[in-house]
Amino acid sequence: MTGADVLLLALGAVAVGAGVLVVTTKHLVRAGLYLVVCLGALAGDFLVLSAELVAWVQVLIYVGAVVVLLLFAVMLTRAPIGASDDLDRPGWPAALIGGGAGLGLTALLVDAYRWSTVTLPSAGTAERLGEQIFQSWVLPFEVLSVLLLSALVGAIVLSRPDIGRAAPQRDGAAGDLVDSEPGGRR
Amino acid sequence: MRPVIPYVTAALLFGLGVYGVLRRRNAVLVLMSVELMLNAVNLILVTADTTARAVLPHSGQVFALFVIVLAAAEIGVGLAIVLQLYRLRATVAVDDVPLTESPDPVDGREPAVADSEAGR
Repeated sequence: MTGADVLLLALGAVAVGAGVLVVTTKHLVRAGLYLVVCLGALAGDFLVLSAELVAWVQVLIYVGAVVVLLLFAVMLTRAPIGASDDLDRPGWPAALIGGGAGLGLTALLVDAYRWSTVTLPSAGTAERLGEQIFQSWVLPFEVLSVLLLSALVGAIVLSRPDIGRAAPQRDGAAGDLVDSEPGGRR
Repeated sequence: MRPVIPYVTAALLFGLGVYGVLRRRNAVLVLMSVELMLNAVNLILVTADTTARAVLPHSGQVFALFVIVLAAAEIGVGLAIVLQLYRLRATVAVDDVPLTESPDPVDGREPAVADSEAGR
């Protein structure tokens, strides 16, 4: 057990513990805050695994943006502040499938790697990752940028009903007028 | 460094995410569980970058970055859908959503039209 192992164990325990609380807590807002703890511990894991850039991007995008968005959604859907009892379905199938997936993957990976050791590769700094992205992975990068753009446009169209339905709505209103006028004359 | 530790962490987190997606009724909590699963995959990718010596260096970390971008896009569209659902039905419980459309689709669309007109 080296120092890195101890750090990985501690951070992994924190991440799994916070993850358990995310999926079991009765408070909506607390679930979001436990998610921050879990994602932060995972960022620490990435740092120990010498993935510097990924760790900081994780802190920026997940802890900074995604969790804030989720908390906004919790507030916008008027979630109750205290504990709520109707958050869960009766969940033996969920426990069965989730536990099966988690423990099955654990058994598989433990069997594959046992207690072997590896040496950490050179740190994944922004310079090295940038070289890789813009030399070997340019095409996926561009496809992802198009995907982000389409997701942006899709989110805007979804959240503004007056954009997508403007034309049919006017048609419907005009149709109602046309329909109602003969009805009135009758 | 023993790679089995982060691998087991990731496997357990993925199981927790699956459990949360199937167990939770609130759509926002379902999205949080999906984030747990995506992060487990990120941890697998970054750890695999240390154990497997690929032809291209740091491929696992590059893929982890790609997955983070995908998660950001997913959460944006997902929350837009959740908020639209809340506007239409005044609830975000996923098992209150009818999977089969009502026989008269015009009736299902009525509240939205009324809502958006009332909002103006």
